[in-house]
Amino acid sequence: MNAFNSGDEGFTPSPRSSAGDTASLRPPVRGAWFDPIFEYLCLSAATLLLASLGGLVISLAIGGWPALSHFGWSFFTSTTWNPVTDVYGAAGAIAGTLITSFVALALALPVAIGIAVYLVEFCPRAIARPIAIAVELLAGIPSIVYGMWGLFIFAPLFAEYVQMPLMMNAAPGSLAEKLFAGIPNGANILSASIILSIMILPYMAAVLRELLMTVPPQVREAAYGLGCTPFEVVTSVIVPYIKRGMIGVVMLGLGRALGETMAVTFVIGNAHGFPDSIFASGATLASTIANEFTEATGDLHTSALIALGLVLFIITFTVLALARLLLSSQKY
Amino acid sequence: MYKKFTVAFGTALLAAGVVQAADISGAGATFPAPVYSKWAAAYEDYTGNQLNYQAIGSGGGIKQIKAKTVDFGASDKPLKSDELNAAGLYQFPTVIGGVVPVTNVPGLHSGRLKVTGELLAQIFLGNIKNWNDPKIAALNPGLGMPNLPITVVHRSDGSGTSFLFTTYLSSQSPEWKNEVGGNDSVQWPTGLGGKGNDGVSAFVKQTKGAIGYVEYAYAKQNKMPYLLVKNAAGNYPAPNAAAFAAAAASAPWASSPGNYVLLLNQPGANAWPISGATFILMHKNPSNAAASANVLKFYDWAYKYGDAAATALDYVPLPGAVKAMVRKQWATNITSGGKPVYVAK
Repeated sequence: MNAFNSGDEGFTPSPRSSAGDTASLRPPVRGAWFDPIFEYLCLSAATLLLASLGGLVISLAIGGWPALSHFGWSFFTSTTWNPVTDVYGAAGAIAGTLITSFVALALALPVAIGIAVYLVEFCPRAIARPIAIAVELLAGIPSIVYGMWGLFIFAPLFAEYVQMPLMMNAAPGSLAEKLFAGIPNGANILSASIILSIMILPYMAAVLRELLMTVPPQVREAAYGLGCTPFEVVTSVIVPYIKRGMIGVVMLGLGRALGETMAVTFVIGNAHGFPDSIFASGATLASTIANEFTEATGDLHTSALIALGLVLFIITFTVLALARLLLSSQKY
Repeated sequence: MYKKFTVAFGTALLAAGVVQAADISGAGATFPAPVYSKWAAAYEDYTGNQLNYQAIGSGGGIKQIKAKTVDFGASDKPLKSDELNAAGLYQFPTVIGGVVPVTNVPGLHSGRLKVTGELLAQIFLGNIKNWNDPKIAALNPGLGMPNLPITVVHRSDGSGTSFLFTTYLSSQSPEWKNEVGGNDSVQWPTGLGGKGNDGVSAFVKQTKGAIGYVEYAYAKQNKMPYLLVKNAAGNYPAPNAAAFAAAAASAPWASSPGNYVLLLNQPGANAWPISGATFILMHKNPSNAAASANVLKFYDWAYKYGDAAATALDYVPLPGAVKAMVRKQWATNITSGGKPVYVAK
């Protein structure tokens, strides 16, 4: 930077030095009239965000109120979802959402850590950047593409090589038989979780990589200097150093998984009710809305779907709030 | 899939055109959207008038026409006459489609297995669990169905296809009527749900022993093995354009107030028992008479010249007699200040 600037000093003086020299000589800074306007613009941008967020919550609450007041607590505890008799309960969808999201997170987190650690610690510099860019590109694939891929490629393979062998080898009457019960075609809670984990993996890996790069070289070199093995450096020095940020990474992944719609809809099997095995068909809050909103003609049906949106919002908000809480309670 | 892309592309094109001249605006059902788009393009070439159709779903179409934000709404299921009257609406059919049960049983050829409505209901209720069930064998002597568990596949999204299928099962099986009922989306007693016709067909193709149901055009284009369903006359017609037209021709249009006609189990000798028309909804006393006249002019044109385009997309045009009846209805049903807004010649 400095070497570059020194070549054409007269043309582009470094901003730091010019500000330091001239600020006291010219009290009314040129363009000062713009400062209040600038502040106002920034304020209105921030307010706009808050206002639209508030508007969203209010409209979800108003839209969902007929269903919530009609069913009361049973809306959250019942797994019945029957548009013919107009009886709606969200328990199945809530369970499906939480199960798929947390399983996806549990599957994705170790892999994401592995990718990020390899890229930062071990990977030759020449190929680290291309791989990092590829990971970031993966994050940009639209979810409908994951859904199509899941439905046409992943589900049949999953059924043949994972689901069928597990079901065939489960002893009759055993716990395994119950756990692996289901329709053998690869559309179930577990395959939806796996698709979700693939979808959130690039996000988590990309952010983790950025986090690892913030670890000062001195810390790393000091650890190596003390005779630590690479494994010890990563587990006892680097990971603790970025612990705070990692909670953020987890929440980012979880936030995406909770709200993911299209990919899940394609591979979860879409059955209302409480999933009773890992290969059971299920539904999530978002998939139910995506499935039924366009053709929902009854007022109560529409309202119940909007109430699902409100529930999803509350779950996401709770997750983020918990993350904040964890972050602020962290001590070093 | 192809259809959906056509719709999306068509809608985008039309939406872009709105800026210049939005002559006719409509919203609603996704099922007829490809043919409406195709008609609109041809109509624009012919008359210069544009039609902007948003395929937002039947539910949205009904809401928008009630709120008068569009010139016409479109719905895959007809509204009952009391709901029509309450909202001051009139409805008429445009094209016909049908729902076809499809299977994946190794060795079973298309159009060989015969079922009744009651048998279909028992399968979809989960009461008949295996293809070698004696009830299936009794209807199909000599077919030799394998010992293979049945997997039920249904639509997960609310759709007119599900409405026709479940309403048909309700009409044929008291048990289905009591336990499930007929609707756009129902609480399925068994099986798994695929999103859209492509989702259902993917699951059926991937699962040995699966049975599902898809829209006729989809089954035809993808050459899916279908079942034969017994109709009211006791025959087992093949699902094709003639069988859907036969259902529409033998339906009691004249005696149905508000054109509330479901083409289910109609009496025609070769009528496919699970057929259905898609409908247009308009206000009886429109506040903008000129706009309503434009809508009727468009559908009058489509009735006259649109059959080839509809057939090319595997929709079934209405029989001539039904078209003639609807044309006559326009003059008396949609009026402004006591005068018809449009008289079909």
